[in-house]
This record gives sequence, structure tokens and C-alpha cells, in this order.
Amino acid sequence: MMTLLGAIFYLLAGITLIATALAITRRQLVHAVVYLTVSFFSLAPIFYLLGAPFLALLEIIIYAGAIMILFLFIIMMLRLPPSGQTLAVHARQWWPAIILASISLVITIWFFLNDPLGQLPLAPAMATPKSFGLFLFHAYWFPVEIASVILFVALVGALYLGRREKNPDQAATEERT
Amino acid sequence: MIVPFSHVLILAGLLFFMGAACTVARRNVLMILIGVEIMLNAAGLAFVGASLKWGYLDGQAFVIFIMAVAAAEVAVGLALIVYCHRRTGSVNADHFSLLKG
Repeated sequence: MMTLLGAIFYLLAGITLIATALAITRRQLVHAVVYLTVSFFSLAPIFYLLGAPFLALLEIIIYAGAIMILFLFIIMMLRLPPSGQTLAVHARQWWPAIILASISLVITIWFFLNDPLGQLPLAPAMATPKSFGLFLFHAYWFPVEIASVILFVALVGALYLGRREKNPDQAATEERT
Repeated sequence: MIVPFSHVLILAGLLFFMGAACTVARRNVLMILIGVEIMLNAAGLAFVGASLKWGYLDGQAFVIFIMAVAAAEVAVGLALIVYCHRRTGSVNADHFSLLKG
């Protein structure tokens, strides 16, 4: 019953879920980021299976490439001390999160499985990057401009926050001399 | 024939709630940001699946905007984390309590 594409989907879904579960429970930040990169790399072929080859490449380039490398840069730049969180504190933080998330998840999955329209297998289809680009700049040219403004504002904001302030001690000594 | 649409949605839901649990449970600000990333990614997966199910490209177009928002959010968020680390010397969310009396 299960086709080859279906088997590939479930395999990739399993890898994604395991890698994400490992990523959110690691205590070492670098390990978490590397596991998350694995998760994004296995999610990209799922996008490809679902008919979005351009988005699959963007997933690798932007998420696994740019964003995760940015995280790694910041983690290495901050030179954080090893976290001294004890296991008891860890469990106390995790239990409410797990309970709330699983209640919401069970209800959501129940809705998904009871939807008769969702049980039909999806027919494979593929949106070529060319047709997708034509559609994007034809129907959504204005939101694309807004997105570019958002990115510009984020760039300005990051530059403003990241500028080096004058050290107060240094300023005081300069005043004294 | 690939898989039923509900299975794609269940995968997206599992990823989303993993990200939500990470955001709620972790105290490290960087892990909170990572949880937000996972949630945005899960939303993108649901959009792509819906785009295939109904045969409209709008879903895929929205994933582009989700990616743009995620990139902007990470840039500003990481700059804020660096700024707070410079002020308090820590990335633990409990230590950002300057306004507390």
C-alpha cells in the first residue's frame, strides 16, 4: 500500500522529529544547533516531495546555512560558561511544558485524523522555480517589497543594538585627565 | 500518491509543539530563539502541504515571507542577546531582571 514516495516521506519525517527532539533537549548549545541543522536538512527533501523544489533549496540556504551559522557565530563569540543547571531544576521546567504541549497536540491530532478530506493521499505535483517566481512577482509583488523593508529595518536595528558603547570607566578616566 | 494531508499536518503539529515546549521550558535565551525558529519552520511545512493539497501556489509564496520574517527575527534577536550579554554577563532569561524592584 505504501508507495516509495510515502516511505521516503515517513523516513525523513522520523529523522526530522528525532533530530528536533535531540536539539531541544541538549545542554550544550553547539550540539543543539548542529542537531537542528540535521533537522532542517531532512525537512528540505520533504518540501521537495510536497512539490516545492525552490523552497527546499531556500530551506537549506537560509535556515541550515545562514541562520544556523549565525547562531554558531554568536555562541562562539559570547564565550559562555558551561551551564550549571542541575537536573532537578531541569525537570521542574520541563514538566509543565511537556504536559501543556501534549494536551494541545493530542487535540490537534484528533482534529486532523477526523477530517475526512485529509485522508486522501496527495497527488504528486511540482511547481518549477520559474512558474513559482512568475506567480510570486505577479500576485505578491507588494508583500515582497514589504518583506524587503522588514529585512532592511532588521538590519538597521541589529546595527544599532550591536554598536559598541563607550565604556563608562574609560569615559570617567578621560574626564579626570 | 504520496501521503495523506493529515499526516503532513501531524508532522507540522509535532514540530510546532516541540518548538513551543522548547520556548517555554528552556531558560537560555538562545534556546528560546531556536524554539521560535522550529515553530516558524513547522508553520512553513503546513503551508507547503496545504499548497499541494489545493493546488494553489499561494501557500508556497507565504513560506517565502515566513523565511523573511524568520531571518529578520533572528538578526534582531541575536543582536539583542549580544547587547543583554554585554550588560548582564549572562544569557539566562532569569538574570534579565533589571526592572525588578
